[in-house]
Amino acid sequence: MNIIDVIEKEQIKKALPQFSVGDQVDVSLKIIEGDKERIQVFSGVVIARNGGGFKETFTVRRIVQGEGVERVFPIHSPQITDIKVIKSGKVRRAKLYYMRERTAKGTRLQEKYVKEETRTAGVASSEEQK
Amino acid sequence: MLNGLLGKKVGMTQIYNEEGSLLPITLVQAGPCSVTQIKTVGNDGYSAVQLGFDDRKKKKANKAEIGHVAKYSVEPKRFIKELIPNQGADIKPGQAVTVDIFNDVKKVDIIGITKGKGFAGVMKRWNFKGGRSTHGSTRHRPPGSIGSNTDPGRVIKGKKMSGRLGGERVTIKNLDLVKIDKDRNLLFIRGALPGHKNGYIIIRKSRVKG
Repeated sequence: MNIIDVIEKEQIKKALPQFSVGDQVDVSLKIIEGDKERIQVFSGVVIARNGGGFKETFTVRRIVQGEGVERVFPIHSPQITDIKVIKSGKVRRAKLYYMRERTAKGTRLQEKYVKEETRTAGVASSEEQK
Repeated sequence: MLNGLLGKKVGMTQIYNEEGSLLPITLVQAGPCSVTQIKTVGNDGYSAVQLGFDDRKKKKANKAEIGHVAKYSVEPKRFIKELIPNQGADIKPGQAVTVDIFNDVKKVDIIGITKGKGFAGVMKRWNFKGGRSTHGSTRHRPPGSIGSNTDPGRVIKGKKMSGRLGGERVTIKNLDLVKIDKDRNLLFIRGALPGHKNGYIIIRKSRVKG
């Protein structure tokens, strides 16, 4: 195998929480301030997943004080300690960029009811990793 | 000890540092090199250490290449360059040099041959602006005026014009050496390096001060 592939494979997280586009998620981030460490949570809707393998990223959108805020996270970043799915949305697109033009009630997504087992399966594997 | 090593550009990827930031890095296969000759003031008029990197098959090597390394029981090498060692360094011909020399080094300089771009116009070669592309313009990429009239009656020397671009030796200074992988002889250097993949480069401890 190519050395670059090996290096990238070494950095891939062993268990990833299962989530998909349209999900309402809480992303826990490890933030280092000086010598202190704390966890910050960014919660919003996943509107896109880009790339694959080690370089995969996902975009989370939320509304803060009436202003839309989007953050792009590399999925394998060590800063991300946990991704918790609050609820899943029913969507028909892979990229929800149309959410940028929506306001207020328009940003709501119809909820998709996922079986509890399938959801906890992903969370459990992410906890094992810790 | 030696101040540099020969290597090969593997390609680019990304790694996370301790703080969790994602860094763009170029992987370099650095060494192991062999010392193929020691040049001394007495013999050659100057002092240097000749390093060889990347074995060449005996079948493919010519007699001069085989003979040059025959004394030291090393294979013929594909890439041979001279480096200047620190004074009083104890280096013997045939000795292997590995990435260990970069143990406590944070910054490196890279010398390599850039990708050849062929005959390039002034926009690509010198970043000229060119003309407008629409509104009836037919003057898209030419350089414009290259001088005055009868006085001086010639084009000034060094005028930036089209011509061969790339394929030249360049030194990129003061690059971060992010990580060293001793088992695989790899250096992780932040940023882009000159040349194509599998191109030979010289890695040197940075001479930039401070």
